[in-house]
Amino acid sequence: MALLEVSDLSVTFLRRGRRDVHAVDGVSFAVDAGETLGLVGESGSGKSVTSLAVMGLLPSRGIRISGEVTFDGRSLLRLKDKDLRDLRGRDMAMVFQDPLSSLNPVVPIGTQVTEVLVRHRNMSGNDARREAARLLDLVGIPDPERRLKEYPHQLSGGMRQRALIAMAVACEPRLLIADEPTTALDVTIQAQILELLKGLVREQGTALMLITHDLGVVAGLCDQVNVMYSGRIVEQADRRTLFVLPRHPYTTGLLGSIPRLDSAEGAPLQPIPGSPTDTLPWPSACAFAPRCPRRLEVCTTVTPALEPDGPRWLRCHNPVPAEEAAAVGAEGRREVAG
Amino acid sequence: MLRFVVRRLLQLIPILFGLSILLFAWLRLLPGGPASALLGERSTPERVAAINHAYGLDQPVWVQYWRYLQRLVRLDFGQSIQNGRPVTEVITDQFPGTIELTMAALIFAVGVGVPLGYFAARRQGSAWDTVSVMGSLLGVTIPVFFLAFLLKYVFAVQLGWLPPSGRQDVRIDATHITNFYVLDGLLTRELDASWDAMQHLILPAIALGTIPLAIIVRITRASVLDVVNEDYVRTAEAKGLSTAVIRRRHVLRNAMLPVVTTIGLQLGLLLSGAILTETVFAFPGIGQATTGAIFNKDYALLQGIILMIAVLYVVINLVVDILYGVLDPRVRVR
Amino acid sequence: MTTATQVDAAVGVFTGEDVAAGRWSEAFKRLRRNPAAILGAVLVLLFVLVAVFAPLLAPHDPNDQLLLGEVRPGFIPGPREGFPLGADALGRDELSRVLYGSRQSLLVGVVSTLVGLVIGLLLGGMAGAFGGRVDNVLMRVTDLMLSVPGLLTAITISVILGQSLTSVMIAIAIVNVPIFARLLRGSMLAQRESDYVLAARSIGLRRRTIVLSHVVPNSLGPVIVQATLTLATSIIDAAALSFLGLGNPDDTRPEWGQMLSDAQNLLGTRAALAFYPCIAIVLAALGFTLLGEALREALDPKFRR
Repeated sequence: MALLEVSDLSVTFLRRGRRDVHAVDGVSFAVDAGETLGLVGESGSGKSVTSLAVMGLLPSRGIRISGEVTFDGRSLLRLKDKDLRDLRGRDMAMVFQDPLSSLNPVVPIGTQVTEVLVRHRNMSGNDARREAARLLDLVGIPDPERRLKEYPHQLSGGMRQRALIAMAVACEPRLLIADEPTTALDVTIQAQILELLKGLVREQGTALMLITHDLGVVAGLCDQVNVMYSGRIVEQADRRTLFVLPRHPYTTGLLGSIPRLDSAEGAPLQPIPGSPTDTLPWPSACAFAPRCPRRLEVCTTVTPALEPDGPRWLRCHNPVPAEEAAAVGAEGRREVAG
Repeated sequence: MLRFVVRRLLQLIPILFGLSILLFAWLRLLPGGPASALLGERSTPERVAAINHAYGLDQPVWVQYWRYLQRLVRLDFGQSIQNGRPVTEVITDQFPGTIELTMAALIFAVGVGVPLGYFAARRQGSAWDTVSVMGSLLGVTIPVFFLAFLLKYVFAVQLGWLPPSGRQDVRIDATHITNFYVLDGLLTRELDASWDAMQHLILPAIALGTIPLAIIVRITRASVLDVVNEDYVRTAEAKGLSTAVIRRRHVLRNAMLPVVTTIGLQLGLLLSGAILTETVFAFPGIGQATTGAIFNKDYALLQGIILMIAVLYVVINLVVDILYGVLDPRVRVR
Repeated sequence: MTTATQVDAAVGVFTGEDVAAGRWSEAFKRLRRNPAAILGAVLVLLFVLVAVFAPLLAPHDPNDQLLLGEVRPGFIPGPREGFPLGADALGRDELSRVLYGSRQSLLVGVVSTLVGLVIGLLLGGMAGAFGGRVDNVLMRVTDLMLSVPGLLTAITISVILGQSLTSVMIAIAIVNVPIFARLLRGSMLAQRESDYVLAARSIGLRRRTIVLSHVVPNSLGPVIVQATLTLATSIIDAAALSFLGLGNPDDTRPEWGQMLSDAQNLLGTRAALAFYPCIAIVLAALGFTLLGEALREALDPKFRR
C-alpha cells in the first residue's frame, strides 16, 4: 500500500447565487516513499486545490469535498482537526509558491523555524536554535547563525525559498508537497532549488509531490506524472512514457508548443488554440473538447473515462496515434535522462 | 533602531516651531488685541500699557515673537482672568483628571474593541459579526455629547446607579497626592476614595471611549480578515502549529499594526471629545476648563490649554510612530 | 497566490466571467443592493427635504412663545394637541424648532465641506502635480494643521472670528482642508507610479493633460466618499461648537447644538428637550456616514464583505 493514496477526490466550491465550481473532479493517484509524483497543468487545472485538499488546508465553509485520501493507512478527510495538526509539519509538509508572502514579515526567520521544532520535536531554547541553524545550513543558506535573527525582507528570494524548505523538512516528513516551488524565482536559482529537493528526497526517502506548470521541471525530477486539465487527470504515466510517447491531445499540445532549438528557422510556434475558459457544460463532456484538434461528436456528449492504455492511463475518446505522438515527443531531446 | 527614533524626534522640532508661530499669530488676532484679551474686564489703560510694555507689543514683530518664545519655554502663559491664578497652575491642577478619564476611555476602547473586532472577523457572516459591524457604524456616527447625555440621563438621573457629575463625592474626605484620584486612593489606602473615583469615571469614560471603540472594532475586524487570508497564515497552518500560537504570533502580531496606527488618531479624538464629555458631566478637567475659558473669554488660559494639548498630541503620535517601528521591522529601514 | 485568489482565479476560469465591467456602473449596482446605502440615502433625502421645506412642514413659527403661559419652574409642557413634541423652556413649539434647525445644519455642513474640499483639492492637486518643493511645503503645512485635533482647531479659529454662524463655517472648513489636500495628493502620488501614467508619458502626453484627463478623474471616487463622510463630521462639529457657545448666540434661528446646550440644565425637568435635537443630529450624520461608507465599499475594486 502506498504512503499517500488519493481515490476519486472531488472538491467543489459552492457559491451563493451562482453555479458550483468543480475545481477537482474524481482525481486518483498514489505516491510511494522515495517516489516523486508530478502534477502538471495550467492555472485553474485544480492541481493546487488537490494538494491543499490532501493537506487539509481548504476552508471549511463553502466547500464540498468527497472521495478518499489515505496517508499511511489513515483517512485524512475524516481526521479531527487536532490529529490533522499533529500530522502536518511532522509527517506531511508543504512548500508554497511565493516565498515572500508565505513568510510572516514581522517574525524573525529563526523563530519561524524553531516554532516547528518546538511544536513537533519538543525542543526548546538553545537546542531548537542550534537545530534551526543546522537546518538552514542544510538547505544551503550561508552564515545561518546570523540569518536566525533576520527578517524575511532582509533575505533574497532564493534564500527565502530555502528557508521555507528548511521549515518543511525540519521534522523529516514522510510526504513533502511542493507547490510551484520555483515559479517565483530566477532561472539559475530554480535549478539550485530543484537540486536541493532532489537531494533531500534521496537522503531522507521522502515521498515528493511536485506541482508545476513547467514541463522542464517535471522532466528533471518526477518519476510519475499526472497531467491535469479542468480538474481531471487526463493522462497518467511514468516520466519516460509521457515525454517520449504522449497520447492525450492536451499533453501533445503542451509538448508541441515548447519551442525547440532544433526546429527550422521561421517555423511558426504551435500554441494550443483557445483558452482554459472555453469549457463545455459540466459534467457531461470532455472539458478539453472546445480546443481539441481531434474532437469528435462523442467528445461533446460523453465524458471520457480514465482508462488504461498500455503503460499509461488516458482520458480520451480519440487519442493521438503513436506516430504523431512520437514526432512531438522527446525522442532526440536531451532533457529526459535515462 | 536608535537612528529611527532620533530621526523621528528631530521631525518634532519644526512642528513645535510651527505651533508656536500659529499661536503667536492667534494671540494677535484676538478681538480687541492681545493686551485687552489677556486682561479681559480688568483692563484699564494703565494695565494695558503695562502689558504692552511687558510683552513688548510696541516692538517689532520678530522681537515680540522672540519674547513670546522665551515665555513659552518658561511655560509662562500669564494669568487666568477667572481667578488670577497662573495659567500653568490651573492646567496642572486640571490635567490629571483628564488624563485619568482619557486612560480609562482608551482602556475601554482597546480592551473591548480588539477582542470584539477579532471575534467578528473569525465568525464572519454570523449574527455576531453583523451586530458588531452595525454597532460600530453607529458608534462612529454618534456625537460624543449625545452619548454623554444619554448615559448621564439613563444611568445617573433615572436609574441612579452611577454619579452624574464630578470626580469625587464631596462627602468622602480623600487625601490627594498625585491628583490622580484613583491612584491616590490606592496609595493612601483609602480604598473607598479610590472606588468612588472609579465610579465617577465609568460613565464619562464609556461616553468618551465609544467612538474610538467603534473605530477599533472596525479596523481590527478588517485587519484580521486581511491577515487571516495571507499566505503566511497558511504556511503556519501547514506547519501544524496550534491555534493559539497561530493566533498570537501570526495573526494578531500582524493584524495589530493598523490598530496601533489609529491609536494615535484616537487620542486626538479623545482629547477633543474630553472637552465635550467633561462639560456634560461637570468633570473637573482640562475639557471643562476649556469650556469655561471660552465662555469667560479667558484667552490666557485658552492659549495655555491649546498649546499643551497640541504638544501632547504631537508627542503621543511620535510615541505611537516609534512603537510601530518596534512592532514592524520593515519600517525601520526607511 | 492565496487560497482565496486561487479560488477566484479558478472561478473565473471555470465560468469565464467578464471581470472588466465599468467601475461606476458596477459600483452603482452594488450600492442598490446594499441596505445600508439605501437607508443612508433615505435619511439624507429626508434631511434635505426637511431643511428646504421647513416653513411648510413646521406647524408653528419657531419663535412664537405660544405656550409660555404654561411654563413654570420645574415644569415644561409636554406633547399635546397641536404640539407633537411639546414646548421648550420659553414656550416655543419644539417640533418646529427641530425642523427649522435642519436648515442651519445643512447650510453649515454643505458650505464647510465644499469650501474645505475646493481649497483642499487645489492644494493637494498642486502638491501632487508639481511635486518637489511645492509638495514639501504643502505637506509641512498640512502636517501642522493636522497636528492639532480637529475640534480644537475649530475652537481656536471660532474664538478669533467671533460668535456667528459664518465663523463656525469657516472654522470647520479650515479643519477640512488638510484632509482633502492629503487625500488628493496621496491618490495622485500613487498613480504617478502606476503603469498607465508611464504609458501616457511615453507617448508624449503633456503633464496637464495627464493630470486633468486621467489622474484627477481616477481620484474622484475617494474624494466623493470623503466628502460624504466629511459632511457628517461637519454637521456634528458644528453642533459641538454651538454647544460650547461659539455659534450664533441669537436663537431666532434655531440650531441643534444650541438647543442641546440650552437643554443641559433641564435634564431633570424635561430631558426630552435634549434628545430631540440630539436624535436629529445623529440621524442626519448617520445618513451621510452610511452613504459614504457604502460608497467606499462599492468603489473598492477589492470588494469583500
